[in-house]
Formats: sequence, C-alpha cells, structure tokens
Amino acid sequence: MSEILLSTEHITMQFGGVVAVDDLNIQIEKDKITALIGPNGAGKTTAFNVITGGYQATNGMVTFDGTVIGENYPRAKMKKIYNGSYKTPYEKQVVNTPDKITRMGMARTFQNIRLFKELTVFENVLIAKHCHIKAGLFSSTFTLNRAEEQKMQDDTAALLEKVGLLENKDDISSSLPYGKQRRLEIARALATGPKLLLLDEPAAGMNPKETEELSAFIKEIKESFNLTVFLIEHHMNLVMEISDHIYVLDYGKTIAEGNPTEIQNNPAVIRAYLGDEEL
Amino acid sequence: MSMTTILQHCLTGISLGGAYALIAIGYTLVYGILRLINFAHGDIFMMAGYFMIFALASFPWPIAIIITLTVTTLMGIGIERAAYKPLRSAPRMSIMISAIGVSYLLQNLSTYLFTAIPRGYPEIPFLKQIFQIGTISASFVTLLTPVLTIILVIILMLLVNNTKTGMAMRAVSKDFETAQLMGININRVISATFAIGSLLAGVGSILYFTDRMSVTPFSGTLPGLKCFVAAVFGGIGNIPGAVIGGFFIGIVETLLVALGYSTYSDAFTFLLLIVMLLVRPTGLFGEKTVEKV
Amino acid sequence: MMKIRRNQMLTIITLIVLVIFLYWLNAHRHQNGMLVSVLTKGVILSLVAVSMNLLNGFTGLFSLGQAGFMSIGAYTTAILLIPVKNLDGVYYMNGISPSIRAFKELVAASPQAVQILFPFFALLLGGLLAAFAAALVGIAVLRLKSDYLAIATLGLSEIVRAIFSSPQFDQITNGSYGLNKIPNFPVMLWGAIPSLITPFIIVAICIVFMVMLIKSSYGRAFKAIREDEIAAQAMGINLFKHKEMSFVISSFFSAISGGLLAMYMRSIEAKTFSITMTYDILLIVVIGGIGSVTGSILSAFLVTAAKEWWLRFFDQPLVIGGWHVPLFKTGFRMVIFSLLLMTVVLIYRKGLMGTNEFSWDRLIARFTKRRSAKGGAK
Repeated sequence: MSEILLSTEHITMQFGGVVAVDDLNIQIEKDKITALIGPNGAGKTTAFNVITGGYQATNGMVTFDGTVIGENYPRAKMKKIYNGSYKTPYEKQVVNTPDKITRMGMARTFQNIRLFKELTVFENVLIAKHCHIKAGLFSSTFTLNRAEEQKMQDDTAALLEKVGLLENKDDISSSLPYGKQRRLEIARALATGPKLLLLDEPAAGMNPKETEELSAFIKEIKESFNLTVFLIEHHMNLVMEISDHIYVLDYGKTIAEGNPTEIQNNPAVIRAYLGDEEL
Repeated sequence: MSMTTILQHCLTGISLGGAYALIAIGYTLVYGILRLINFAHGDIFMMAGYFMIFALASFPWPIAIIITLTVTTLMGIGIERAAYKPLRSAPRMSIMISAIGVSYLLQNLSTYLFTAIPRGYPEIPFLKQIFQIGTISASFVTLLTPVLTIILVIILMLLVNNTKTGMAMRAVSKDFETAQLMGININRVISATFAIGSLLAGVGSILYFTDRMSVTPFSGTLPGLKCFVAAVFGGIGNIPGAVIGGFFIGIVETLLVALGYSTYSDAFTFLLLIVMLLVRPTGLFGEKTVEKV
Repeated sequence: MMKIRRNQMLTIITLIVLVIFLYWLNAHRHQNGMLVSVLTKGVILSLVAVSMNLLNGFTGLFSLGQAGFMSIGAYTTAILLIPVKNLDGVYYMNGISPSIRAFKELVAASPQAVQILFPFFALLLGGLLAAFAAALVGIAVLRLKSDYLAIATLGLSEIVRAIFSSPQFDQITNGSYGLNKIPNFPVMLWGAIPSLITPFIIVAICIVFMVMLIKSSYGRAFKAIREDEIAAQAMGINLFKHKEMSFVISSFFSAISGGLLAMYMRSIEAKTFSITMTYDILLIVVIGGIGSVTGSILSAFLVTAAKEWWLRFFDQPLVIGGWHVPLFKTGFRMVIFSLLLMTVVLIYRKGLMGTNEFSWDRLIARFTKRRSAKGGAK
C-alpha cells in the first residue's frame, strides 16, 4: 500500500441538532484519484469544507501530509447536544484557516464557481500565485522584487498555456463560457502549487461531451502536476472512469467504500440511490 | 448624588429611551427585510420635527399630530420607492451609498428650506404639564413616552404575529427570494415596513422634540446612529430587542451626562456597538446564522 | 511600442505644463485667490478620496472612518506646528500641557535643518499615529462584514472626535475651542518649491505610492478580496493580514491629508471632522467611480470647484430684468449637489470613470471618434 496523503478520523460536523457529517474516516492515497459520492445533501461539501478549514469539525481529526491540520472535540453547549456516533473525545484543538491550509499544499474548487468575476483570466491565476510571495509589501510596491514578479507572470502564462486558456488571458473571467470557467477555476487552484487538489462537482452542469473532455483533463493535469485528486461528483460515468477509490456518503454516514466495480455492485449504495425496493 | 436626583435622571433616561426605542424599531424592521442600514431614518425623524412645527402653526394639536404622522409615513414610503427600489438587485454597497445620499439630501434640503438656525419646537400644552410624584417632578411627556412606547410595541408585535402582512414580513425577512417565489408581493411588504418604521419615527419625533424644544437640520444624525446601535444591541431584526436596546442606551446616556461626561455620551454608544459586534455580533436576542460556502 | 512611447511623451508634457502652470499660479496668486484655494483644497481632498477608494473600491471594505483618521493627522500636525509665541493665545482657556510646550521649545531652539524638516516630520508623525490607531482597531473591526464594518468605523471616527473635544484633554487638544494659528504649508528644497506648491508635491508622492501598491501583487490580492473573500482565502490569501494592510495604509494617507488640511485651513476644531466630512469624501469617491484612482482625483477637483466656486451663484438671490428668480438662496447649492449625487447613485452608477483609469489611448480614441462621426454627418 502506498503513502497516505490525507486522512480524516472520526470527523463529525454538527450544526445545532443536525449532523451533516457523521464519523467520517477516509484515507486518500498519494497519486491516486479518490471520489466522494452520495445523494444530494449527504454532507459531501460539508466534508470538503471541514478538510479545507472552512468549518471547524465538531469532533475528529484531519491529517494532511503527516501534519495534523485540524482537530477538535465537542465542548460546552455542543457537548450536551452532540449527536455523532463517535463519542470518545479528542483532547487537542488545532485550527487552521483555509488560506494556511492552501499554502500547505491543498487547493480546492467550488461547487458554484467562485472566480474573481471582474478580473481577467490572467489576473485570476496570477493572484493565486500571491500566496507564496516572498517580497514584503514595500519591496513589492516599489517593484524591488522584479525577478520574483517576472517569474509569477511567466509561470502564470505557462500554466494558462498548459490548460489551453492562453488565448483568453485578457478576457474578463465572468465572460468566459461555462466550461472554460470551470477549467479556469481548476487552473487557479493549480497555481497555488498543490499536492492535493479537491474538486467540488467539477462536471456540474456539463453535457456528456464536455464531461468526457473534463475527465481527460483531470487525468492529464494529475500526471503533469504530480497531483493527488479528491473529488465530489454526481456524474457516475466520470467517477467510475477516473477514480481509483470511492467513498459513498448518505445522511452524513459512510455507507460504502471500494474500487469502482465494488461500489457498482454494493447493495447499500444501490439502496441509497434508488431507494428500497420493498415499499 | 441624592436618591431623588438619581431617580430623576432615570426617569429622564427612560423617557429618552422610549423615543430611541421607537426609532430603533424602524431600523430593525428595514434591516430585517432589506439588509440595509437605512441611514436616512434619522433624517426622516428630523423632518417629522419640522412637519410638526409647521402643522402646529396652523392647526390644533390633534389634527397637527395626524398631519405630521401621515406626511412622515408617506415620506418614508416615497424615499423607499425613489431611492432603494431601483437598486434592489444592485450590490449592497450601492444601496447603502444611496441611503447615505438620501440622508445628505434631506439634511441639505432642510437647511435650504428651514435654515440651519435651530427652530423652536412648539409646546403642546397638555404634554408639558408638570406632575409632582413625591420629590420627583416630571412633565407629562416624560411619563407618557415609555407607556406609549410599550403600547405601540405590543400593537406592532400583534400585527406582525397575527396579520397576513405581518406574516409576509416575517417570511421576507427569513428568505427574500423564496418569499417572492411563494407569491408574496415583495414591494408591498417593503412599503408596509417603511410605513410602519416612519410612522413610529414620527411618534418618536414628537416625544423627543417636545423634551428637546428645538430642531435643526442635523438633529437627526446622532439620534439616528444611536438608534441603529440600539437595534444592533438588541439583535437586529428583533423588535423587542430594539426596544430594550433603545431604553438601555437612553438611560446610560442620561446618566453619563448627569455625571459630567457629556462629551463621552456619544462615544459610549459607539463603543457599546463595537464591543457588542465583537463579543456577540447577533446582539442580545438575535439568531445565529451560519454562512454557507 | 510606439503607442507606449507616445503616451509616455504625452504624460511628461502634461506634467511639465502642470508644473509651469503651478509656478505661474504662485506668481499670480493674489489675483487668483479662488483658483488657488479650490486647487489646494481639491488636491488635499483627492488624497483622502484615493485612500478611501483604496479601502472601499479596491479591497471591498466599506469603511466610513476617514474623518476620524484625518482628525488624528490634523491635530498632530497642528499641535506640533503652532509657533511657541502663539501658544498662550491659542490655549488661552486652559493652558498647554507643560511637556508639549517643553518639546516645542526644544524644537524652536534646535538647528535650522531640524526646523526646516519639522513640518514634514509632523505630517509623518500624524500619519504614523493614525496608522497605529488603525492597526489596533483593525484587529477588532475588520472581522465585521460590510455594513457592520461601515457603522463600526463611523462610530470609531465619532469616538475619536469625542476624545479630541473632551475637557479631559483640553491641555493637549484645547477641547471644544479648537486650534488656530497653524502655520501655512512649508517651502521645500530651500525655497525652490514655494509653499503653494508643497501640498501638490506631497499629495503626488502619496498617490503614486498607492497606485504602485495597487499594481503590485499585494494590490491584486486586495482586489481578489473585493471580488470574493471566500475564494481569495481558498487561494491562500490571508484575509486578515491583507485587510489590515489596506486599512492601515489608507488611514496613514487619510491622516497625511488631514495634516495638510490643517495647514490649509490654519484653524481646526473637532466639529470639522464630523460624519458630514466622511460623507463629503464618500460623495467624491462615488462621483469619481468606486475603484478608479484617476476618477477620485478628477472628482475631488470637480466637486470642490463646483461646491466652492462654480455653483456659488445658486446661493445668491438672482434678479433677471427686475424678475426675482425663485429658489435661489442660501443652501440651494447643496440641494443641487445632493440631487446630483443621487442621480449618480441611481442612474450613472459607475460615476465618472467606473473602475477604469485614465488612459491616453481612450482619450485620443474618443476625440478621433467624435471627429470622424462629425465628418460622417457632413
């Protein structure tokens, strides 16, 4: 078995009385594509938000690349109304903001595309390069970091060329067609130099042809950028085609995991998607 | 300070607080529905002061009060139609700037029409009658303000909780888009909100200025901001919260002035706001909201 | 390439013309009193407008605390610069705090070079104090979202005003009596730059700094925060750090502008820096276009000129051929002004420039287009 890049232990996310994610334990192998599937409202995006630091989990621990990036246990009021299935509390509290986690090498895209709408394609990607800037505010203002700035610009151009958006570089990002906006969002995430790329429904709203192109694109960038990919998706064709490993979530609980063939034949998964036959 | 003076100041504070509470309701209602700090609300309150001066010059007081309240209400609705409705889909910053613009316009307009020199507020004889309770003396308006405030709030709560318009208002404040999809006439609800807010500001204006005795084009700015703070303090969108906030700020302000810190009484309000926003952004009675990513 | 050359040439020529014009104005300042005062006030306001725009237009933080930070700059400059011989006259009610007097006497007795540089030091100190204050309060208020931030910063500026006018500090700020006898702008470079031109030079340096900041990587990060905070954070941008930077820098330059304003007005009081002042600056920014530096500068001059000069006649009673034109009396000008602002807010939402910057290409394109359109009509 190869190296584990990201793992979650007993992640539970509770909003008031609602348990959105319950005792999630996943392990993402390096250099593999892992998928998280499940019906709408199963808690997939919530899980993403916990991993990337957007939410602090009510209970559980997230480890990325050998470091604990998030850990928490139910406290105070939450302790009384805690509904998750894993009760033994963790002891420490580790909080990292999303920007810090991104700088550690984990980048994400959003379900409802969140580009910097009024800015150009080039600026969108260039901004993502800012997170590793070495120059301070003053040397950057007085253009004393010319080499660094030039490198940021060159890298951006190279990246745009690789993803096939170079001809659109001066377009305002919100004026791009939908498929290209998705692609730009992925390119922007790549510009932060991630080891792990999290894609939240990258194929949402795409037709079969576009979806096919997307799956080729994901495979391609995975190879050329040495990425590990973790994605949420509803398009089963895409998931089954590219994933090495799949987790299935329903009502916040993990109901199955395995490789694509195992998942396709798993009765629990079929039930979750199609409902019970005996009604 | 003797017990009598303290009680005397408390009474003044409660009276001031009552007027603040009535204005604060306007902020809380509008914010609940449009997520807009209606910067012009304080100026509507100031304009109501001028309306009363002119109405009382030619009519007996009951008719003058009715005229003042009607004109103030209409002005509130008019401002919403003219300055906020066209911006319904614009970014929030634009609507806020529009509100500041209206406030600027009302101040300049009243400076132009009525000059910047303070105008004496006419006395309504029965309101100024002095009562003697033990060692404390108070005018009728001081006693009337808190009572009237509470009565109006109870009526308002009944309206909001039991009528169809009230239900629509609550629905819109919970979720603007969905309420619209459910067939609620958004524009009517918003107009109703501004009408109620302005009407209460009109009542508050009569009570406030009867105690203060003069109106200038800028006498709405600070009370307006303070009342917004009162609304935030009580939890924005929450009517009883705004009332408690109004009373609280009124009383503390009066006590600070009584202790000789009058320059700090305004600063205190804003300090309260900042502390409140940091410690408990949802206010005393506000509901917690989770932002979706 | 040729275009860039041409644009550079045009910019340099314009700058030279401006400098010559300013020297001409300096020589004829007594005949052109109104022009001088409008341009000076305009340039001072353009600095605070650009710094407000840096926050509101480029970082997306709706802050209304400008007047407060300006007053910090204005008071620092005024207290440090009022000549020692005038101190008793200015602080006639409560006297001045002995330590401040001692410090000022020390400066007055120091070598010539120190005294020449002292006004600039005073401006800088005002800016640094405001920046420090902004850094402290920023930790607290920058966590707040849009309109809450607006009202909190507005409140802060009122708190600053209350402190400056409070009797507890009257040996420093002279309480509600305000400060006067503030010296005029200093000369620069041993008199090569006369005092009339000094504010233009200082403002130009400050604005150039802000423009370079906006163009830098940090400026791009500010814009990202304006566009989408959550996405910006997901791209590794530390929201708090960048918001704090923008807030501190904006406050620093607001204070410089406040210091210059104190030198221009020669007397200040806490009332000068009330909410109305912030609204006036907001008006300039909105008319110029939120997110456009050149728009703010242009608008600062236009608004000042219109307010103090061109529209003055609205405030005077007007009689044409024995007929007394109605409406014209004191205050009408400001009503017109407010209506203008509402028109911009409601109809021309982009203001003069939108989020665009001035460019020679656009100007030339506009002129050639107009000419060719005229030609076509014939």
